[in-house]
Amino acid sequence: MERRTDIGPPHYTKFLPPVIQKNYGKWKYHEGVRPGVMVHVAESGDKLYTIRAASPRLLSVQKIRQYCDLADKYCDGYLRFTSRNNVEFLTTKEENIEPLIAELEALGHPVGGVGRSISNIVHTQGWVHCHSAATDASGIVKSVMDDLIDYFTGKKEVPGKLRIALACCLNMCGAVHCSDIAILGIHRRPPKVMANLSQMCEIPNVVAACPTAAIRPAKVDGKDTVEIIEEQCMYCANCFSVCPALPMADAELDGVSIWVGGKVSNARSQPMFSKLAVPYLPNNPPRWPEVVQTVRKIVEIWVEHAEPDERMGEMIQRIGWPRFFRLAGIQFSKEHIDDYRYAALSLKRTAQLHQS
Amino acid sequence: MAEGKKYETPKLDELEKGAWPSFVKEIKAAAQKSPMAAALLGQLEQSYNEKIGHWKHGGIVGVVGYGGGVIGRYSDLGDKYPEVAHFHTIRINHPAGWFYTTEALRGLCDIWEEHGSGLTNMHGSTGDIIFLGTTTDQLEKVFSKLTALGFDLGGSGSDVRTPSCCNGMARCEWACYDTMKVCYNLTMAFQDEIHRPAFPYKFKMKMAGCPNDCVAAIARADLSIIGTWKDEIQQDDELIKKFADEGLDIQRQIVSRCPTRCMDWDGKKLTINNENCVKCMFCINSMPRALAPGKERGAMVLLGAKAPIVQGAQLSSVLIPFIDLEDEESWNDLKQLLENIWEVWCEEGKNRERVGEFALRVGFGNFLEAIGLEPTPEMVAYPRDNPYVFYQTAKKE
Ligand code: SF4
Ligand code: SF4
Ligand code: SF4
Ligand code: SF4
Repeated sequence: MERRTDIGPPHYTKFLPPVIQKNYGKWKYHEGVRPGVMVHVAESGDKLYTIRAASPRLLSVQKIRQYCDLADKYCDGYLRFTSRNNVEFLTTKEENIEPLIAELEALGHPVGGVGRSISNIVHTQGWVHCHSAATDASGIVKSVMDDLIDYFTGKKEVPGKLRIALACCLNMCGAVHCSDIAILGIHRRPPKVMANLSQMCEIPNVVAACPTAAIRPAKVDGKDTVEIIEEQCMYCANCFSVCPALPMADAELDGVSIWVGGKVSNARSQPMFSKLAVPYLPNNPPRWPEVVQTVRKIVEIWVEHAEPDERMGEMIQRIGWPRFFRLAGIQFSKEHIDDYRYAALSLKRTAQLHQS
Repeated sequence: MAEGKKYETPKLDELEKGAWPSFVKEIKAAAQKSPMAAALLGQLEQSYNEKIGHWKHGGIVGVVGYGGGVIGRYSDLGDKYPEVAHFHTIRINHPAGWFYTTEALRGLCDIWEEHGSGLTNMHGSTGDIIFLGTTTDQLEKVFSKLTALGFDLGGSGSDVRTPSCCNGMARCEWACYDTMKVCYNLTMAFQDEIHRPAFPYKFKMKMAGCPNDCVAAIARADLSIIGTWKDEIQQDDELIKKFADEGLDIQRQIVSRCPTRCMDWDGKKLTINNENCVKCMFCINSMPRALAPGKERGAMVLLGAKAPIVQGAQLSSVLIPFIDLEDEESWNDLKQLLENIWEVWCEEGKNRERVGEFALRVGFGNFLEAIGLEPTPEMVAYPRDNPYVFYQTAKKE
C-alpha cells in the first residue's frame, strides 16, 4: 500500500449526527433540562439533547469502547468530547436520557457540569507521563473532584460558573493561568548541574535560556559547564526544558501553589490572569488533603459571597483582596507581591481602599 | 499480548475510591491486556511513594518524513520497569469540534490496543487525541493504520500545533462564524507547517465562535480567532418581559452590571445603546433567546497568548478587529497574514521565543509594520502614556 502523508484529520462532517448536519448554523436556543443535560432547539423545531458525563481524561481503550456501546445503544453511534475533557452523548430521543444516565452512573461516570456548576478540571500529565512534573495531575484532580462532586452533579447549587485547572509545572499545558482556581505544581530549588552537562547541552543555549540571567558559563575541574546564581533563580525550569542535565525535581521541596480569579470569557469583565492565593502546599499523595481543603475553602467562599453569575475574580474585585485573604484564612506574605516584569502595575496606586 | 507483571499499588488503590471516575481504574483496565500499562502502575506507585517523577526527556523519535507528532519519553527506572523504558506519546489530529462516530473511535481503539499501552487522553491540552506509551518500532505501524483509517498526526515541537475550536455552528446558537470550517481549513492549509517544525518555537491556533471563548483562545493560542458581531443585539421584547415576569431583576442583575452601562430598563422595555456595547455576551448569556448576537457576524483576530515560559504569561491582543471569514477574500487575507507573521518571526525570532514575546521585544508597532498591518486604535487598551517615543522623522535624517 502506498504510504499516505499529510492527509490531515478526517473531515468533521463525517462525524456529525444527522440532526446536526441538518440544523448546522441554525440553532435557535438552548436550555438546561436537568443537571448535566441540555437541549438545543433549532429554527426547524428539531431538538438535540446533550448528556454530559465526567471523564478522567486518561481513558483506556476498554472504557472508550464502553462509551461507544452506550452511544450505539442510545445515540445512533455519535458522541463527542468537550474542551474540558468531559464526554457528551447526543440524541434526539428524550426517552433515552434517563436510561443513558442510569448506565453512565453504573459505569462510574456521573452526569453534570452544565451551566451553573463546577465542571471537570482541565489538567496535564504529571507523574503519569511527563519529565517536568513537580506534582501529579490525575491524583490531585481525582481527589479534588471527589470532594466537589456535588457541585458537578448539581446536588449543591452554585452561583455561576467556576473553572478549575491544574498544571504540574510552569509550562502550564492548559489554561491554568486564566482559571477561577488554578492548581500549579512548583519547584522550589535551583537546578542541579550534572557533571556531564557539556556533553549533553550547548552551553550558550543553556545560558540564554534563563529569563533572569541566573546561569553563567563556568569551569569545573577544567571542564566547561555552567553555574547557577542561586539568589537569582525563581525555579521556572526553563533551563531544564532546554537541557536535561539541569534537573529541578525535589521530593521534599516540590509542591503545589494555588491561584484564583482568572477567566478567559469576555462576559462582563475582561479576561484576567489568576492571582496567587497560596504560595505553597506540600505534595501529599495519594490524596493531597491540604490541596483539597484549600480548594474547597475557596469554593465555599465563592458560593457564599458571589452574586448570580459572578466569577471568582469579579467577586474578589468587588469585595477586595484583603477581605478575600481574611475570609480564606490565608496569611498574606512577601511571595504574594510581584517582583517580576510588570510588578509596579500590581501595587495599589490609589487611595480607594476596602477598609475594614 | 500477555498479562503484565502485577505490582502492589496500595497508594494508587486509594484513588479507585470516590465518586469521580478513577484514572487508576483506567490504567488497571489497560493492564489486563498491556504489560506496559501494568509497568506504568508500578512506576507510578513508586512516584507516589517517593513524591517525584521518573520520566526523562526524549531523544528525537518519529515517523519517516515527519518532524512532529511523536514525543519521545523514557523511564529513568528502565531496568526496574523495562516495559516502559521507552514509552512514547503519539499526538493525533482530532476532528474539529471533537465529534466522533463510534466506528471511528473503535478503529482508533483497535490500533492502540495492538500497538501501544491501550491508554489515551481524550484529549490532550492542545486538542489532539493522545496515545500514551509505545516503543519506537511500533510508530510506523501505528502511523500506517491511522492514515488508512483517515487520521493523521498532530503537531509537536517548534511547529504549528494542531488547531482546535469550539463546536460553533454545529451546536451553538451564539457562533458568529463557522469555527469548525475555519479550523479544518487552516489545518489542511498548513499540513507542512504542522508536521515539520521550522519555527523558533510552537505556534498555536484556536477558534472560538463568540466572546464566551469556550476554548480559551485568548489565553492559550498564539493566534486566537474569536467570533463577534457589528450590528445591534437582536432582542425579543416579549421574551425579555417574560424573564422579568418570572422574577429576573433586570435592572439589578443585567442592566447595572453591563460593563459599558449601555442598557436601560424602564420596567417594561429594554433599550440598548448598541454603539457603546462591547459585545461581551454577558446580557445574552443571562437572557438566552430573548437576546442574541447581531446579524452582521464575523470574527476578531488576536495574537500572542502564552503561558509563562519564557518571559512571562501573555493574553492575546487585537490584530484585526473584524473579519468576515465567509468570503474567499478574507480567508486569503488571513492565510497571507499568517505567512507574513511566520516569515518575520522565523527571520528574527530567538530560539524558544513565542511570537507574542517577539512582538513585544521588537515593539508592537514595528511588528505591525513588518507584517504589513496598519496600526489602529482597536489594537490598544490606551495609547502610550510614556513620552519615550522613537520618532520616525528624526531617524530618517
Ligand atoms: S504542565 Fe509541565 S509537567 Fe505538566 S504535562 Fe505540561 S510540561 Fe509536563
Ligand atoms: S530555573 Fe529558571 S530562573 Fe532558575 S536557573 Fe533555570 S531558567 Fe534560570
Ligand atoms: S465559544 Fe461561543 S459559540 Fe463557541 S461554544 Fe462557546 S458559547 Fe458557543
Ligand atoms: S453584550 Fe455586554 S456590553 Fe453589550 S449590552 Fe450586553 S452586557 Fe452590555
